[in-house]
Amino acid sequence: MLAEALFFSAVLFAIGVFGVLIRRNAIIVFMCVELMLNAVNLSFVAFAQSYGATGQVFVFFVMTVAAAEAAVGLAIIIALFRHRPTVDLKNINLLKG
Amino acid sequence: MPHGTLSLLYTFHFYLFGLIAIVSALLFVTRKSPVAAALWLVNTMFCLAALFVLLDAQFIGALQVIVYAGAIMVVFLFVIMLLNLGKAPPADIRGIGWKLAAGAVGIAIVADVLAVTRAKTPALLTLPAGFEANQIATTGAVAPIALPLFNQYLLAFEITSVLLLAAIVGAVVVGRQRGEDLAR
Repeated sequence: MLAEALFFSAVLFAIGVFGVLIRRNAIIVFMCVELMLNAVNLSFVAFAQSYGATGQVFVFFVMTVAAAEAAVGLAIIIALFRHRPTVDLKNINLLKG
Repeated sequence: MPHGTLSLLYTFHFYLFGLIAIVSALLFVTRKSPVAAALWLVNTMFCLAALFVLLDAQFIGALQVIVYAGAIMVVFLFVIMLLNLGKAPPADIRGIGWKLAAGAVGIAIVADVLAVTRAKTPALLTLPAGFEANQIATTGAVAPIALPLFNQYLLAFEITSVLLLAAIVGAVVVGRQRGEDLAR
């Protein structure tokens, strides 16, 4: 089932990229990044079935990084919201120069 | 799951959960309400957990449900609730130009990944069919992950604890109240 799993993984990753590009709600963009991480996890698990359990160890690390990223990213969104009550990315352009 | 003879039931469930995951993901990126989007993403994650179990990764499947669907998505829903974003938000989907560009990028990525995965890997690296399933049957689902995690990747494992500590401190520092609110 390696080929099928990789196909599902590629499609889910592309949907995540698509979401990051078309949405302007910061929280949804952030959830799209989580979807991309999940798609990569599916690839890791599919490869682990054929090439040894090391792939599953990497899924473990990806989950840890995703948890850390969610905590810090959501704290940043809350801080931004406190500064200016919106999560629309078109209003958050201070670093655009 | 016996590997030489992939049963029709196995194949059917693999495609079923894969298709549900993709449809849920599409609904997730197109919902206007953040709460509805988050719940569709939870559905995608449950389907991915089912796929993990079908791919002989029972422990990762359990982690997927507990950590992703159970913890990370709950944090997202809490933030949506804290910011009071649940009620009909203004449309935030970008214009047609962005949609076409995003569609082109998405198709390019799928084509690219499929082209890359066509390449044959050397047979030396490939485990015999059913190796993982046999290993799980003899040593349990956790041991094949725990052994490399606490031997070969022990340093990386210890560094993740530093990463999590840094994330906790960072989240508290970034998210706390400033100015006069702090003095109260």
